[in-house]
Amino acid sequence: MNIHEYQAKELLKKFNINVPNGRVAHSPSEALRIAYDLKCKTFVVKAQIHAGGRGKAGGVKIVKSAKDVGRAADNLIDSTLVTPQTGSEGKVVRKIYIEEGSNIEKEFYISMIIDRTTDGITIIASTEGGMEIEEVAEKNPEKIYTLSLKPNTKINIDDAKKIASSLSKKKNLADKIVKLILSLHKAMVSTDSLMIEINPLVSTKEGEILALDAKIDFDENAFYRQKNIEELRDEDEEDPLELKAKRHDLNYVKLDGEIGVMVNGAGLAMATMDLIKLNGGAPANFMDIAGAATPERVAAAFKLLYLDNDVKGILCNVFGGMMRTNSIAEGLVSAAKEVKMAKPVVVRLEGTNIELGRKILKESGLPFINAENFGDTAKKIVEAVNKEKK
Amino acid sequence: MSILVNKNTKVICQGFTGSQGTFHSEQSIAYGTNFVGGVTPGKGGQTHLDLPVFNTVKEAMDKTGANATTIYVPPPFAGDAIIEAADADIPLIIAITDGIPIHDMMKVKKHLNGKKSKLIGPNCPGIITPGEAKLGIMPGYVYKQGKVGIISRSGTLSYEAGKQTTDIGLGQTTVIGIGGDPINGMKFVEVLELFMKDEKTEGIILIGEIGGTAEVDAADFIKQDKNSKPIVSFIAGATAPPGKRMGHAGAIVSSGAETAPEKIEALKSAGAIISKSPADLGSTMLECLK
Repeated sequence: MNIHEYQAKELLKKFNINVPNGRVAHSPSEALRIAYDLKCKTFVVKAQIHAGGRGKAGGVKIVKSAKDVGRAADNLIDSTLVTPQTGSEGKVVRKIYIEEGSNIEKEFYISMIIDRTTDGITIIASTEGGMEIEEVAEKNPEKIYTLSLKPNTKINIDDAKKIASSLSKKKNLADKIVKLILSLHKAMVSTDSLMIEINPLVSTKEGEILALDAKIDFDENAFYRQKNIEELRDEDEEDPLELKAKRHDLNYVKLDGEIGVMVNGAGLAMATMDLIKLNGGAPANFMDIAGAATPERVAAAFKLLYLDNDVKGILCNVFGGMMRTNSIAEGLVSAAKEVKMAKPVVVRLEGTNIELGRKILKESGLPFINAENFGDTAKKIVEAVNKEKK
Repeated sequence: MSILVNKNTKVICQGFTGSQGTFHSEQSIAYGTNFVGGVTPGKGGQTHLDLPVFNTVKEAMDKTGANATTIYVPPPFAGDAIIEAADADIPLIIAITDGIPIHDMMKVKKHLNGKKSKLIGPNCPGIITPGEAKLGIMPGYVYKQGKVGIISRSGTLSYEAGKQTTDIGLGQTTVIGIGGDPINGMKFVEVLELFMKDEKTEGIILIGEIGGTAEVDAADFIKQDKNSKPIVSFIAGATAPPGKRMGHAGAIVSSGAETAPEKIEALKSAGAIISKSPADLGSTMLECLK
């Protein structure tokens, strides 16, 4: 789960990481009040959306007076920002963050990620702050410094010093960067984070080290012990269908195509999408229904796809190990009756309780198109959807 | 022959008396697996599914000679369950549990370092040697004793590959799902090494997916390995957009090396045969073994 910049900064502050003074506003009048409170010479007004690339898209404004903060807020709130990470439809700005402008001397980059090649945390730092790290990796790989920690170990202070001294030769700054690295590591472990990225990290003319932007991704599997983090979720930033799916324990990602896909297991779901594409169709979504063990949830999954206007036909491909195929069949039948099935639906069932599952589908009398094997599934749904179009 | 498990493997279950542990242990026993007991802390001394229940893995091993454990413990406690099993030096740990926090898995990995135990999973279907032992949640009827070794990150795709190789008459030596999490136990390379050494395994199906670089490591291994057997491979997720997590915690493309085309290219240049369609795994393997 991702959070907003302002939330990330509040969280980092708790771990003694310095960030500029700032507060979040939901309206221009609130923005104006905050600006008067902050009493500074330069203000930075930043759109709060869950996507990077805001600066280039006009989502960050630097202004000199409280009045101009109000104006910037007027322009930003309720506007739609399109950045390389939002997709072409963009994201609506609902909140803005107003913070004190900093006297930037130099920009750096620092992040921590979970590294699956070492099974531990890896620290990535660079003297090229403010740019996408992928771009730096491509153009100036020699300016990236990494440190891989062994699984579940503390940072060795000498290693942290080495990273810090590659970023700055000035001793007082390097010392502050060492402190920051240790704090960042502590934040990562105690909040069950998957990634923390500070870009840019800056040194100021006053000799401070500040996090000017922050991005954190959390491990949702740890939410049972991270209730405070879970509360940071902003449902406005999530796709409404994906949110609805989550409430039914479905793993769903909306895509651009027209064939709705419901499958158990992430691997089989991706493979089913790939197979649709090989047959000339395009999947409307990714959906793993493995968490939906009851007929009710299967029905919810089916309706979610069926009621989506972008979906012209549905392919249900279930190979039940843990899941029992009779539950799938029951769920499909009850949902299909409810929606009065007018779109083509191809079903392929295999696995636990298969005889019972097939019998339920057959006796329902509903026009499910039966697919005998995996290869058949995609071929049949693509054909059926194309036929509807004619 | 087979790898890792056979009819002599003595199996226990951690989380034995819970609903998942009960259901899947019952299925394993019905399949003919040599199940010798289970572990549920606080329930030691009881009997469950006609088998003894122990408080600890150590005790279960001492009393039954168990040498493999299947873990169905809920996510908050599963990391500790794996650590307990490793501390007891049980040779094989199969962690089925889905949803273990990644920081817990880092602790597990630190703990496994230098230990004798091998870990499969978590978030995996387990391992089956057809006709001999089923340690996990896969539908047993799909498999048949035969000559193909199957290794997969995805559980359901391993069932699919099992069914296709059964239907076409090849059968399997052993089928392993190594799980979809970013931090897990045995990786492709370790399992490939075992399949290469196994006399009965004539060909190997390797099923990867987007995210991580385990498939590229596998390609490096295949390139260097002299005792090569035909390897048929499929990588799921060619249609998945970057930056979107596709269900598995590990199935997300965050760098160029983690995409399906990149992995396919690496495997192809190492000499693996790529099955473009996930529905052609069995027929492609049959071609290779002709």
